[in-house]
Order: sequence, then structure tokens, then C-alpha cells
Amino acid sequence: MLSIKRVPTVVSNYQEGCGRNCLGKCCLLGAKFPRYTYRGEKGRKYVENDGLSDRTGEMSLFDTLLMGEWEDRMSRGLFRYDVTACETKVIPGKYGFIAQLNEGRHLKKRPTEFRVDRVLQPFDPSKFNFTRVGQEEVLFRFEEDTGSEDHHAIQFFLNPHVSASASPSVIAINVSPIEYGHVLLIPRIFDCLPQKMDKQSLLLALHMAAEAANPFFRVGYNSLGAFATINHLHFQAYYFNMPFPVEKVPTRRLSGKSKNGVEVHELLNYPVRGLVFQGGDTLQNICNQVSLCCIYLQENNVPFNLLISDSGKRVFLFPQCYAEKQALGGVSQELLETQVNPAVWEISGHMVLKRKQDYEDASEEYAWKLLAEVSLSQERFEEVKSSVMEAAFGDSDDTLAIEASEETESMCLLKEVAANGVPGMASDEKGCLVHQ
Amino acid sequence: MELRILIRKRKMAAQLSNNQQIDQSLGSRYSTWITEVLDEMPENFLITDPCLSGHPIIFASRGFLKMSGYSREEVIGKNGRIFQGPDTDRRSVLEIREAIREERGIQIKLLNYRKDGTPIWIVFHLSPVFSEDDGRVIHFVAVQVPISRKASISQSGFRNLEPVSGLDSTAPNSCTWSRHSPDVGNLDVKADCPKLEICFGSCRREILKDSVRGLNKSLLPDASPEPDSRELQCEDACEDINLEKKKATAAIDSILSTLAHYSKLMGKSVCGRRCSSVHPRLTRITSSLNISLGRIKQSFVLTDPYLPDMPIVYASDGFLNLTGYSRHDVLGRNCRFLHGPDTDPDTVAQIQENMQSWKTFHVRILNYRKDGSSFWNCLHVSPARNASGKIAFYVEAQLDESSLNEDDGLTPEMRQLGAIGAVKVAVRTLFDAGPSKSS
Repeated sequence: MLSIKRVPTVVSNYQEGCGRNCLGKCCLLGAKFPRYTYRGEKGRKYVENDGLSDRTGEMSLFDTLLMGEWEDRMSRGLFRYDVTACETKVIPGKYGFIAQLNEGRHLKKRPTEFRVDRVLQPFDPSKFNFTRVGQEEVLFRFEEDTGSEDHHAIQFFLNPHVSASASPSVIAINVSPIEYGHVLLIPRIFDCLPQKMDKQSLLLALHMAAEAANPFFRVGYNSLGAFATINHLHFQAYYFNMPFPVEKVPTRRLSGKSKNGVEVHELLNYPVRGLVFQGGDTLQNICNQVSLCCIYLQENNVPFNLLISDSGKRVFLFPQCYAEKQALGGVSQELLETQVNPAVWEISGHMVLKRKQDYEDASEEYAWKLLAEVSLSQERFEEVKSSVMEAAFGDSDDTLAIEASEETESMCLLKEVAANGVPGMASDEKGCLVHQ
Repeated sequence: MELRILIRKRKMAAQLSNNQQIDQSLGSRYSTWITEVLDEMPENFLITDPCLSGHPIIFASRGFLKMSGYSREEVIGKNGRIFQGPDTDRRSVLEIREAIREERGIQIKLLNYRKDGTPIWIVFHLSPVFSEDDGRVIHFVAVQVPISRKASISQSGFRNLEPVSGLDSTAPNSCTWSRHSPDVGNLDVKADCPKLEICFGSCRREILKDSVRGLNKSLLPDASPEPDSRELQCEDACEDINLEKKKATAAIDSILSTLAHYSKLMGKSVCGRRCSSVHPRLTRITSSLNISLGRIKQSFVLTDPYLPDMPIVYASDGFLNLTGYSRHDVLGRNCRFLHGPDTDPDTVAQIQENMQSWKTFHVRILNYRKDGSSFWNCLHVSPARNASGKIAFYVEAQLDESSLNEDDGLTPEMRQLGAIGAVKVAVRTLFDAGPSKSS
């Protein structure tokens, strides 16, 4: 019998290790993981990636590695259930909401361990976080190429010593997957950052989407209060070879473009009000605008979900209010009983249902009703929208004038903000400070 | 050093066989005159083959080459996305991709790019070509009608189109343009006229870039648009593009009837609509599955465990390259043709046993190529389930034990597993009326 070659995981030399072979400093000494590095290009040339690499029409290297490692973990029995055995259907109707019957997922999922009314909460090492997962759950490290390595070089990286400068970001399996290939991207895992969006991490997530070069590999983010269950910075991603309903709805472009070519659209005819960012010459551009918006929302305690779609070319932002509504008793009992917590995947139109009856009865009307509860009201959304646009682009009416004439002060300020982060925010890199 | 040469040779051989497949794509379905006849047609169009890896263009009309500025060699074998560019609307791209996946037609306004990088607005009309006997999609025809400058400036964005279904329309491939009306949800007044915003949002770029800044100041969006006057402008704009729409439809009809005619001469008729009501399971590899599987370079086959003797229903190019067989040789046959005189019968029995219990497993078995040479096959087998959660196919991925590492760091075993994963992802969204066999 041929066994698949694995990179050996060396057991810690530290006696006081927890013995679990986790990702904490106690166990990590000498552990080896494959490491995928991408080239963080200053100016990314436009590459039409419609699911294939532009030249060869092949599956990307990233996809091959991720799916291969995931399949390996499947055969090792690391998942709580076989997600491909869960029945899935497209709900008849105009939108094509997707429903999955998954009775096992929520029974065994880790319950939420913190308050739902604050978007920013400090990292608490006593609560569950990703340094506690077993090393076998990590698929590979995903980081920017820092030196002279070739693009796409995959190395088996020897990590003899956890140093402050080498802060690995990892891709790990989600043991309660929604779909095949469901993984978690954990930026700078040892920095123990709380679930809080920052520009650098968003850029990492965008690069992951771009490296996959697969429009069916989406990356999602849930803030606290928008159904993140773990307060340790992470993104989720999985493969699903169909468009999500939210990706298909018409949009209306707002105001003018920013100087970097990033367009902002508003969703039309969709139960959850949201914004779509697209365009821009580089991932950095779209990252700048989106992160400014997220930071604004965080600072103002508005929970939100983010969907990175189309290999990083389109980003959806959904401010939401469901958790608070739920806590205040504002959600109908009927909806509550289906126990669907509308996080980014549900909002995008992919719903996991726990009870067979709900699955059988699932209708477009139900999906619409549920998601409509999630959405901010029209008035509130307009408020949030204009504040967020101001934070990211400056006053929309001015943008046209800016484009036509020379740079104004506001553009200079925007540039500075984009480069250095929002003033007053710089401190939280260690993830331990409280933001009120 | 030798390693590199060997890898390059294999790549070239694969490329060569790829080119042959492209050349034969038309020839195998239509009579030999087809290329000449298509060459004489004045319309701008492309023909693509979804059964070939990468869904390549296999024919480009002269009109198309002229419009786009590319030469034939630069276009044949490539995927249609090369004509898209930075300002091509992403949703439109998604809609086209979906139409291909769902094997139906679509007519949509689209921004394409010529070879010199200049953008051009076109009416893009795509239509599948179905084989009459088994209902499979064997080609797609894509027509491009350039939109006149006048129309494009005043034209509304018009991204909100109802896709065309070849089955539903009264005349084959006729299509309707309709606008999404905000009929659900509580949208405010501004949003009630989405077409207005789209109108000006999307063409502002052309206005500012193209011309006549002074002239078009009145078309720039202001804070509170007057619904009435702008609505009228949109109506006019829609009319302006009617001509191009009609041209596109007429072109599709003409090309399809040409293909139908020349396919009849071969005894393998095609038509613009799926005619067959009976789909033997063997042909349930849809276009979209074909396209997804075509991206996987490793050697693998899909076998159907519900048909007698578990035949191969899909074979990757990698499999054909590894074993030396042609697709025609292998489809419909059980994998045992790979066994030979020195193949261990115990291993064969083990494979059969494992498959009967629907397990994932791997074995090492001696296999033989078409030319009689043998190789040690690290065979990895796993069931692939479709959307209903039931097993739809078996994936069997082959790995030549002596295969070389490519220089990107992935081991051959990891590539093999990656291929299996990719197949599972592809099969997962097959919404076939599944078999009754439970896991």
C-alpha cells in the first residue's frame, strides 16, 4: 500500500508542552508546514481569471494544494461529518437561493462565547482560539513572498523557532464544513488578533482569493455581532461551483469612482442592503477602500459581513443588525426556530438548515423573510452608506471634480489614510486593547 | 537537466494532441466543407468547444478577426475571456458563465477589448449547439455585433437582461430584452428607477473619455434627477440598440442553420435546441461538468457505478496522455483494459471488493499502456457525490510511480489528491435526478 507522503511533524522538545500537538508556542517548536508564498505585486496587471489561469486554462496551484490537503484530511477522518453527503438544492424562484440540509453541523459546532452587542472586543486567551487547534488541522502557511523566491514557490518550511518577526498566517480546515474545501484563513496566528478587520489582513484574504483564481472559491468574514463565533481574527472560504444569489442581482453604481478606479455599487432587489466594491487596478486599491469602510463600521459598533467574490475582483459589504434584533426579541419566533444565524454565507444566499422539515419547506419566501430581518432598514442603511462613503472616498459630489482637476487636499488626506490607516487606530496590533 | 527536457517533451506532446483535438472539433461533426462555408459568412462570430479542456475557441470568423484585430492563430485554442478587460462588467461575465453552465443562450451588452487594447461595446449573443441524438451540447456559437458610437454614448447600461432560454422562446434563439423592475422589497423613489442611475453611471466613463466634455455636461448625474425626462432618454437609448440586437439574432439563426445543414450531411444532426427527451446516463456529463473537469490536468477517469460493468464516462486528457489511448477507445469501457499479463490478480480483487463497499482507497497496481508498455500505477479511488448527497460517480486517479516532480514544489501525490478534490467539488453541484442507491 502506498501511503501519501506527509511532512513529518516533529514532537516538541519542550517538556511543558500541553502534549496535544497544538499551535501554541508550547508545541510548535520544530513543527513543519508547507508554505505557499504569493508575490505581493505593487501593481497587479489586469488578469481575467474566470476560474482558470490566464495562460494554461488549468486549475491554479493554490487550488491543487488546498484541495489536495483537504482531501487528505478527509481520508484521515478529521472532519465531524462528510459534507458532500449533505443534501443540497436550489430553491425554486427568481433568486436561486441554495439550501443545504445539515443536521450535524450546529450540534457539534463550538458555541459563541461572548456578548453579541459589541463589534470590537479584546482578545481573551482563556476563551477558545486557534492556537488551540491540533497541528493536523493546519493545511499550509499562506504568506507574502518576502524575498527572491519564485512566484508560487511552495516550500516546506522549517520553523525551529517562533520569532516575533516570522509571524505565520495559516490556512486550516473547518472541522464543521459547509462545503468541500471549507477552510479558515488565520492571519498572523501568533499575534492573537481579535476578530477585527485591518488593512493588512484584508489584503491577505484578497490575495488568497486571487491566488485561487477561481470564481467559485469565495472568502467571507463575519464581524462580532454578525455571527462570528470565535474572537480570533479569521476569514472563511470554500468552493461551490455555482454563483451565489447575491452575485447575480443587479446593482446601481454610486457616485463617481475614486482615483484608484474602485467603483462602489449598491445592491438592488435583494433582501439585504449592501454595497459592492469592484474595479481598481490592484488588489491594494480595492483593499484600501473596503478596509476604510470596515474600520468605520467597527468604530461605530455596526456589525457587518464581508464577501470576497470573483477571485478578489468584487467585494460585498453587508452591515447588519440581526443579533441585536434577536436579543431584543425583534425576530419572529418562526424564523428563530429554524435556528439559522445569518452570517456571510447565508446572506450571500447559501443557507444551511438543521431540520429536515425546514429543508423540505424551504421557499424563496422564507429565505427572503429571513434575510430581510438581517438587513438594515432603508433609512439606517442610507445613513451608514453615506458615512461609510465619506470615510472611504470623501464627499461623493466632490469626486467628479477631483477627477477632472488636480489633487485637492481631501485626496491627499485620503491617500494618507489609505497608506497609514485611520488615525488613532494604530495601536491595536497586539490585539489586547479595548476600543470603546 | 534530463528531467526538464522530459517534462518539456511531455508538455509539447500534450499541446500537440490538444491542437489536433481543436482541429478535429469541427471536422468530426460537420462535413468537410464547413470551414469554407463558415469562412464566407460575413458575421462576426466564434465557435467554441466545451468538451475540450479550457473550453477553447475552435473557429473565428473573418469578420470577428477584423473587428478584434487579432490573427487566427492568436485566437484559436484560447478561451473567450481574452477579449474581456478591466472595465468589462463582472456581473455580465458571471451571467455569461452561468449561461454556459446551464447550457442555454444569452444576449447581453458587453464591453470587449481589441488586440490593441481599445474597448468596444458589443451585443454579445451566445447559443448552444445540441447534438440531436443525445442532447449533449457539442459547441457554443458566440456572435458579436458592435454597437455604433452614437448608440453607446446615449445608451443605458442595460445590464439587467433576462437570459434567453432556447427552449422557451417561440422562435429558436429569439430573445427578449427586459428590465429588472424593483418589484420586491421597499426601495425608495430614487432606486425605483434603477435604469436611470445605471444609464448615467455606466456611460459617464465613455462620456468623459471619448469626447466632447462641454457638450455632455448636461448628461452628468446631479443630485436629484428628474424622472420623466431621463426616462424618455432611456427609452430612446433602448431603441438605438434594437438594430444590433436584431442583427445578432439573425446572425445566430444563420450560423445555426448552416451548422445544422452540414451536420446532417454527416448523419450526426445538430440543432439549436435540445431535442432529445431521453438521456441515457452515459451522457449526463453536462457542459458545465465538462468544463470544470477539463481544468484538471492529472490523469483520472469517472466511472458510473450504476451502469452495467461500471464503464468510464469521463476520461481526462491526462489519462489519455498517460495510457496512450484515445477518448473514443476508453469511453464506455471498464478500466480493466489497463490490466495486463503481469498485473496481480489479488490487487484486482482488492479493488473490486473496496469498490463494492463504496470506500476511498489506494492501491499500487501494474498497468499497461496502449502500446503494451507497463507502469506502476498508484491508483487512488474515491466516490464522488452529487448535490443530492448520493454517490454519483467513482473518481479513479492514476499516478505513474515514476512520474517526475514538477518544479513548483507539489508532490505528484498531492497533485493526485488535488485532482480528486477538484472532481468532488465539480460533481457536488450536479443536480441530476440522482440514483436511488444510498451511501
